[in-house]
Amino acid sequence: MMNLLGAATALFPIQMTSKSSVFARVVKVISDNPDEFLTALGQHVFNLVLIPVLLAIVVAVPLGILATRHAVLEKVFLTIVNILQTIPSLALLTLLIVLGLGIGTRPAIVALFLYSLLPILRNTVVGIKNVDPFLKEAALGMGMTGWQRLRMIEMPLAFSVIMGGIRTAAVICIGTGTLAAYIGAGGLGQFIVRGLNFFREELLLVGAVPSALLALLTDYLLGRFERKVTPRGLAIGDRPGHQQ
Amino acid sequence: MIQFENVCKHYGSNVVVDRLNLDVEQGNLVTLIGASGCGKTTTLKMVNRIIEPTSGKIIVNGENVLKQDPVQLRRGIGYVIQQIGLFPNMTISENITVVGQLLGWSKSRMLSRAEELLSLVDMEPAIYMNRYPNELSGGQQQRIGVLRALAADPETILMDEPFGALDPITRDQLQNEFKNLQTQLHKTILFVTHDMDEALKMADTIVLMRDGKLVQAASPEDMLRNPADDYVVNFIGLDRTLRSPDEVLVEESMIPDPVTIEINRGLAEGLERMRKRRVDSLLVVSHDKILSGIVTIKDLQQNLAKGGRIGDVMSKDPTTIHIGNTVREAVLEMARTGVGYLPVIDDHNKLKGLITRASLVNVLSDVLWSNPEAQPEGSASDRAKEVQVR
Ligand SMILES: Nc1ncnc2c1ncn2[C@@H]1O[C@H](COP(=O)(O)OP(=O)(O)OP(=O)(O)O)[C@@H](O)[C@H]1O
Ligand SMILES: [Mg+2]
Repeated sequence: MMNLLGAATALFPIQMTSKSSVFARVVKVISDNPDEFLTALGQHVFNLVLIPVLLAIVVAVPLGILATRHAVLEKVFLTIVNILQTIPSLALLTLLIVLGLGIGTRPAIVALFLYSLLPILRNTVVGIKNVDPFLKEAALGMGMTGWQRLRMIEMPLAFSVIMGGIRTAAVICIGTGTLAAYIGAGGLGQFIVRGLNFFREELLLVGAVPSALLALLTDYLLGRFERKVTPRGLAIGDRPGHQQ
Repeated sequence: MIQFENVCKHYGSNVVVDRLNLDVEQGNLVTLIGASGCGKTTTLKMVNRIIEPTSGKIIVNGENVLKQDPVQLRRGIGYVIQQIGLFPNMTISENITVVGQLLGWSKSRMLSRAEELLSLVDMEPAIYMNRYPNELSGGQQQRIGVLRALAADPETILMDEPFGALDPITRDQLQNEFKNLQTQLHKTILFVTHDMDEALKMADTIVLMRDGKLVQAASPEDMLRNPADDYVVNFIGLDRTLRSPDEVLVEESMIPDPVTIEINRGLAEGLERMRKRRVDSLLVVSHDKILSGIVTIKDLQQNLAKGGRIGDVMSKDPTTIHIGNTVREAVLEMARTGVGYLPVIDDHNKLKGLITRASLVNVLSDVLWSNPEAQPEGSASDRAKEVQVR
């Protein structure tokens, strides 16, 4: 036990200093190199969250809709994205490099895109399938085409569930995105990697705290957006039109 | 006009609708009625091709529905379902004119149509147009459900238990409103219900179905006067027993002289009496016809060898009902306790008669079809006739 602890301290000999001085050093790191911090933040937000999540929406929502039309497709798609989700992040990143995507932003975007597929696809399927069957029947009986039913009834009613999937995907990307620094994709993870390499606590925190805040903020903003665009008739809370 | 010609629907070997022939004349309201699972909904949904018939022809406005594009067909047929099915993401006005929207109506045309229809059911357009369905009561929602079916002014309307989910008072209101509406609009309506009162009230023609087959199609008057067979009699009788049971007292529907046995008789004598009178239980009475218990054929057979008296083997304290109670209370008591019969007693525990399920049905159906002139004045039937007219 003692040996283990000793080994751990040897590996991470981070000085546990008082909180205020750590905070001061974090602020100093950022204010000394504001450009570096902002670049990293920008990379994180755009390359590691926005692009992969948008790509995943573009792919997973249509696939999810397709899956609700054919039971076989639903099985196939969900199995694939479930498997993708279980591959450990670093393994996936390495795999993508080996597969010829090179090093840097590209494999990171692809990996985060793949991770985002599951929550969005699954929530699209669940959201649409859970629309009250009687509403689907009413829509059919009114003379809506399949496309009209999707656009006028199923998508609006599934919207908040799909948004839930998108929020999950964004939060996954923000967290997992910190690992992308290992393969040279930049982002807030760079500070964490450097902090670990040079045993500097304040660098670690410059990476960790903003990414945690970013995750909270993103989830909050997406939630607000969702509420804002949801019509009053579907007020969140009692979500009519869905089977309980 | 809707015509069914030899329409069948099979699910595998299960025949759900069997060679149905039926005409719904232009401007008529035809109710489909029958026990649960007899194929009413299936019949209805074959008209707008939500369900495809296995064989036969359905003709709407002179054209076989199977030859028409289902989407266009449905836009031309109003559709109301029991679950109402208003779209929760659309305002009331959008819900009402959803078919108009599909047909490419202009915004102003949709708005004025929604206003016009809301006024028709006395719902102030200014208040309701921009509300959402979850801001309306159930009765208001189904009014909108009906308006949605009327909005594009279809010739034909299909309604599947449209008022079935509403409380009795609201249901009655909506029935009346809709009936008034129909006298102005003269739509061709196929209307599914399992409520005979509703069918009698709404229908020009009642169609009674059983196991996918048409049993009788007749006007309400005709069906009451000349029921085609016992099934029809029973169906109407049973239903009305359940519908208007609070005006009929138990003494009107009881068997006045049930088979009894004195408490001190022997078991063999009890069995003999059961055999003679073809019953499998006897009401046990003491002196002065005071009810003491009930004895069944099983009680007697099991204890025959041991011998003894009826009083030793009977079940004491049977479930009873007091004279002066209503048939509704009798039905509720039977349902609650699970017994098939109730001895009727007076305040002194004296046996007055016996209510059985069959006696409940009989008295009410008797009353429905009896010839008024043939009945003695002030009989039980007179009282029940009031029930019928109500
Ligand atoms: N998709 C299906 N597959 C197999 N059997 C079905 C299917 N749909 C309905 N049935 C059967 O067809 C029969 C008729 O159903 P239907 O819904 O028409 O009855 P109903 O008269 O409307 O009954 P209820 O009064 O309960 O609404 C039922 O026995 C039902 O089990
Ligand atoms: Mg039905």
